[in-house]
Amino acid sequence: MEILNYAFMQRALLAAVLVGITAPAIGIYLVQRRQALMGDGIGHVAMTGVGLGFLLSWSPVWMATIVSIVGAVLMELIRWYGRTRGDIALAMLFYGGMAGGVMFINLAPTGSNANLTSYLFGSLSTVSESDVTAICLLAAFVVLVTLGLRRQLFAVSQDEEFARVTGLPVRALNLLTAVTAAVTVTVAMRVVGLLLVSALMVVPVAAAQQLSRSFAATFAIAVAIGVTVTIGGTVTSYYQDVPPGATIVLLTIGAFIALTALATPLARRRARALAAAQPSGDPAECAIPASRGTDGKVGV
Amino acid sequence: MSEPVISLRGVHAELGSRPVLRGIDLTVHRGEVVALLGANGSGKSTAVRSIIGQVPAAAGEIELFGTARARFRDWARVGYVPQRTTAAGGVPATITEVVSSGRLSRTRFGVLRKADHAAVRRALELVGMADRAKDSVNALSGGQHQRVLIARALASEPELLIMDEPMAGVDLASQEVLARTLREQVAAGATVLLVLHELGPLEPLIDRAVVLRDGCVLHDGPPPKAVGQHALPGHDHVHPHAAHDAEPIRTGLLS
Repeated sequence: MEILNYAFMQRALLAAVLVGITAPAIGIYLVQRRQALMGDGIGHVAMTGVGLGFLLSWSPVWMATIVSIVGAVLMELIRWYGRTRGDIALAMLFYGGMAGGVMFINLAPTGSNANLTSYLFGSLSTVSESDVTAICLLAAFVVLVTLGLRRQLFAVSQDEEFARVTGLPVRALNLLTAVTAAVTVTVAMRVVGLLLVSALMVVPVAAAQQLSRSFAATFAIAVAIGVTVTIGGTVTSYYQDVPPGATIVLLTIGAFIALTALATPLARRRARALAAAQPSGDPAECAIPASRGTDGKVGV
Repeated sequence: MSEPVISLRGVHAELGSRPVLRGIDLTVHRGEVVALLGANGSGKSTAVRSIIGQVPAAAGEIELFGTARARFRDWARVGYVPQRTTAAGGVPATITEVVSSGRLSRTRFGVLRKADHAAVRRALELVGMADRAKDSVNALSGGQHQRVLIARALASEPELLIMDEPMAGVDLASQEVLARTLREQVAAGATVLLVLHELGPLEPLIDRAVVLRDGCVLHDGPPPKAVGQHALPGHDHVHPHAAHDAEPIRTGLLS
């Protein structure tokens, strides 16, 4: 493997593996809460951090981490308080973050839109040694949270109201989810880029769902898909000289399509086996029409 | 009467700026089975959700097991079955995974031990879903889903069960299972607060009914007796209702 002889490729591959693990690991909770596009929003906000990093001559990765954590906490607060105008506030946050990033980087003496492009769409050759240190630390945090608190995060993401009655600190866990998602965005931005990071949070989870019936299996398969496509995409990018972020995302979508094609006949066979196992069916299931529909629009 | 398990005094609550509860008094004593009845919009779900802290009370006092709700921490003593709105999350999960969430209140740092897994299995057996433990909740019927949610509430072996419309959209077989499960819990000494649209098959279990209308308590006493054809022997109240004629207050008796 001559590709491992280059220090920059070693760094890029290490970063890619960490992205492949962390993005689906937090993404699964976002998908479970039906906030699949939250990562995209944080990615927009993180651009202001990158711009500020250039402007202040500070590490863009750490600056983006700080700014996207602030942005994610704001998004969570808007979700609590801004019921009716919430989406407008979110839109302003996203596009304000993006405009801020472009503005700051142009004001910076060393910055140009070329620098920005490498953060937007990812770039292998520019992953520096200090970037790798930052990515390792941040990825460790994400893994600790998503695995260590998996039962708590599962309960809160599945049913917030019920989680409150089990005594879980629901608001703190919601904030922690948002912060972890923000950290993941900055882990991923050097390799996949800010505009494509959300894909790696969502698509591996969607692909894994085609094969699994349990949350634990979905988690494991999604991470396996994530690592496979990030390594595959990085290697392809090196040999074919194509942008890594776009390659990784297209590979992920390819995996989704392949698994869906594979799983559909499998699910059909499973359903047929189940029907054969219960020849008479369950008569009570058909005899009583749902009295008030299943949407539960009753009471207040 | 023994000590109150739930106590509400003069509770007001608003949704948006609309007052939904306008000074509710409600006490549930240990071992009692109380049904909270009322028409759509009468505030019965809001009352329950203010007890568990999902809806903030604008005024009044709420106590659980004699402790002010804001300071109450012993949530393992409470089992809650929310009104079924979303069938499942955005990611598949097995029945065991969902029911295990209900055990978290008995664990430290969310680590399930052997005894916790056994409690989850017992809860699944109580609602007759143990053979489906590894199936995805996404594949369940409405009634089976409700049984899973009740197992989740029972997983912490609670003393108090709060259920919001447990019979809504539930098939006959599951209704029987739910009624039997509840009977066993009551026999074992559980206290139960139920939000119901109509008394239905749970009628024989209920000690007391509290009827709400427009956010006020209209009736607090013995459950209203069924009248007309509802009172005929063998009539078990499982007929489907359209939303518009769902009016459980039999006003002839209560006004």
